[in-house]
Amino acid sequence: MRTKKVTFRHRWLPYLLVAPQIAITLVFFIWPASQALYQSVLRQDAFGLKTEFVGLANFAKLFNDPLYLESFVTTVVYSAMVAGLSMGVALVLAVMADRVVRQATTYRTLLIWPYAVAPAVAGVLWWFLFNPTIGIAAYALDAVGYDWNHYQDGGDAMTLIVIAAAWRQVSYNFLFFLAGLQAIPRSLTEAAAIDGAGPVKRFWTIQLPLLSPTAFFLVVVNVVYAFFETFGIVHATTSGGPGNDTVILVYKVWRDAFEGLNLGSSAAQSVVLMVIVIALTAIQFRYLENRVEY
Amino acid sequence: MTLTRSATAIATLMALGATPVAAQTEIQFWHAMGGALGEKVEEIATGFNESQDDFKVVPTYKGNYTENMTAAIAAFRAGEQPHIVQVFEVGTATMMAAEGAVKPVHALMENADIDWNADAYLPAVRSYYSTPEGKLLSLPFNSSTPVLWYNADLLEQAGIDEVPSTWDEMFAAGEALQETGHDCAFSFGWQSWVMIENYLAWHDAPIGTKENGFARLDTELVIDESESLTDLLQRIADSTEDGTFKYGGRRGDSLPLFTSGECAMWMNSSAYYASIKDQAEFEFGQSMLPLNTDAADAPQNSIIGGATLWVLDGHDDGDYQGVAEFFDYMSQPEVQADWHQSTGYVPITTAAYELSQEQGFYEEEPGTDTAIKQLSLNEPTANSSGLRFGNFVQIRDIINEELEDLWAGNQSAAEALENAADRGNDLLREFEDSNS
Repeated sequence: MRTKKVTFRHRWLPYLLVAPQIAITLVFFIWPASQALYQSVLRQDAFGLKTEFVGLANFAKLFNDPLYLESFVTTVVYSAMVAGLSMGVALVLAVMADRVVRQATTYRTLLIWPYAVAPAVAGVLWWFLFNPTIGIAAYALDAVGYDWNHYQDGGDAMTLIVIAAAWRQVSYNFLFFLAGLQAIPRSLTEAAAIDGAGPVKRFWTIQLPLLSPTAFFLVVVNVVYAFFETFGIVHATTSGGPGNDTVILVYKVWRDAFEGLNLGSSAAQSVVLMVIVIALTAIQFRYLENRVEY
Repeated sequence: MTLTRSATAIATLMALGATPVAAQTEIQFWHAMGGALGEKVEEIATGFNESQDDFKVVPTYKGNYTENMTAAIAAFRAGEQPHIVQVFEVGTATMMAAEGAVKPVHALMENADIDWNADAYLPAVRSYYSTPEGKLLSLPFNSSTPVLWYNADLLEQAGIDEVPSTWDEMFAAGEALQETGHDCAFSFGWQSWVMIENYLAWHDAPIGTKENGFARLDTELVIDESESLTDLLQRIADSTEDGTFKYGGRRGDSLPLFTSGECAMWMNSSAYYASIKDQAEFEFGQSMLPLNTDAADAPQNSIIGGATLWVLDGHDDGDYQGVAEFFDYMSQPEVQADWHQSTGYVPITTAAYELSQEQGFYEEEPGTDTAIKQLSLNEPTANSSGLRFGNFVQIRDIINEELEDLWAGNQSAAEALENAADRGNDLLREFEDSNS
C-alpha cells in the first residue's frame, strides 16, 4: 500500500493545526508528569520550606511497605470485579434490549441514565442504601438473615464499592455493546436461525465472537476507569476502611498527598501508577489484539 | 493577595492625587465551618466589620478541615496565602514546624497596638496550643471534648436509674438493656480521639513520650503500654459478640446508631449537640466520660478537639494590626458566649463561661456544661495537656485501621495497639527527618 501524501500549500500550516493538541498534551500531561517525576525524588515538608534530594528513597520505602503491596492486590481484585460485573450486566442488558421491538428507545434511555451521575454522587447514593442503620438495602439483607455492616466487614465494604463503581459503568458498556450488536448483519443470525440454531447458540457462536473488538476495547476502558476514576466512590463511602481493605492505589496517592501532606511518597506512587498504565495498555494491545477478530 | 495588592495600589494612587482617602484593608480568613456553623462565622465577621472602619474580614469556606488546611498550604507555596486559616487540633505540629510560614499569636498580639491577656483563655484549651514555655501559638476558636450521650428513655426502660459513670457500670447497663431485649448498649465515633487519646488523658496516662510530643520532635507513641486500655478495648471487642457494642464507622458516621435509638449510649464530641437535638425523638442528655476504676480513682481532665486560627506570614505589617483586632473582637465574652450557646462548642474564655452562667443558659439546657466541666476538672498535667505529634492525621487513620481489625475480630487488642504504635512511630520518625 502506498502512503498517501498530503501537501499543504503553506509550510507552517500543518504545525499550526497540530499546535493546539500539542499544547494540551504539554500542559495537561507532560508538565504534570514531569513535576511528579521531580517530586518523587525529593523529601519536602508540607509548606515547601525545606527540600532535600533523596534519590530513590521514596520508592524503596514504598516497596518495603507491606501495606502498599497489599494495596496492589486490592486494586487488581477490585478492578477485575468492577470490569467483570459492569461488562457482564451490560452485555445481558444489551442482548435483551436488542431483542425488544416495542418501546426500544425508552428502555435504552432509561438504561443510559446512571452514566450521568458523578462517581462521588453514585458513592453517596449507594452508601445511603447500604447504611447499616438507616439503609433500605441493609434492612432488606437483615430481613433475609444477613447482618450487613461495611464499617466492620471488609468483604461488605469491597462489595459496596464494586457495586457503586460498576453500576455507573453499566450504562457506558451497555451503549457500546448495543451498538456492537446492531452492527452485526441480520443476515448472519437469520441464516443461523434457519439452520436450526436457538437464541443461546446464536449468541455464543455468532454474536459474541463478532462483539470481541467491542469487548476488548471495553476491558481497557473499564480497567482504566476502575484504576483511576473511582477515587470519588471510595472517598465518599468507605474512606479506604475497614482496616486497609478498600485502599486502592489511586486513593492512597490522594490520601498521602492531601491528608498526609507527604508529597514525595505520593509523587512516587503516581509515577508507579503511570508506569502501570503504560505497561497495561501496551500489554493489552500487543498480546490481546492478536486474538481479537476485527 | 492580588486583591489586597491592587487595593493598596489604588490607595497609593489616590494618596498621590493629594486626596487622602482611608482605604479598607481586606483580611482573608479561610475556614472549614459549613452549614449553620458557617453562617455563624459570617455573622462574627460582619459584626467585626461593622465595629470599625479600617479593616474588612472576608471569610471563605474552603471545605472540611483537611481540605481547608491543604488549600492554605498550597496557597502558601504559590505565594497567595490568606491572613488567617482555621486548622484542626491534629494539624498543630505541622503548623508549628513551619517556622517562617506562620506568625505565632503571642508575637502577633505583642506587636500589635492592642491590650491582650493570654490568661483569659481556659487552661485546658490554652495548653493544647501553647509552646512548652506557655506562649500561645494559635487562637483557640472552636473547641469541644468527647462526652457520653445517653438515651434517657431507653435507660429508664431498662431500670437504670443513674447514667453510668464507670466502665463497669457501662457493661452492667449493657446487661440490663439486653434483659429488656435491647441489643446495643453503646457505640462511639472519632475512636482514636475518644477511646485512646482522651481515655489516656482522662486516666492521667501518657499517649507518647516527651510530654506527648510537646517537648521534642523525637517523641514515641506509648499507647500500647497501658494495660488498662488494652484490657478495656479487648473487653469492648469481645462484647461485639452479643451486640453490646456496635461499631458504626469513623468520624461521626455512627451518629445514626444513637439518634435512631439503636444504641442507648454514644461517646463523641459535645459539638454534636445541635445535630442530636435536631434528629433525636427521645429524651437525651450528656454526662461525663466513664472512668475505668482499674486505672484511676478519679478522672483527670479530658482533652479538646476542634480547631484554632493560625496566622500566616508574608503580608504587609499593617494587615496584622487588623488580624489582631479581629482576634480581640472574637474573644469578647458576648461573641464567645453566643458562639458557645448556639453550637455546643465550649466557651474558650473564662469570661464567656461566666457570662453564659449569668444568662441562665445551663439551667435552660441542662448538661450543656458537661464539656467545660470535664475540661476544667483539674489543672492539666503533662499527660492531659493535649498532644503534639507530626503526621498525626495519618496516624489517626492508622489507629482507625488497626481498631477496625480489632472490632472485626481479626486481631487482639494488644496486637492492634502494638501495630498502631509501631506504624505510628514510623511516621513520627519521617516527620522528624523532614523537619529537622
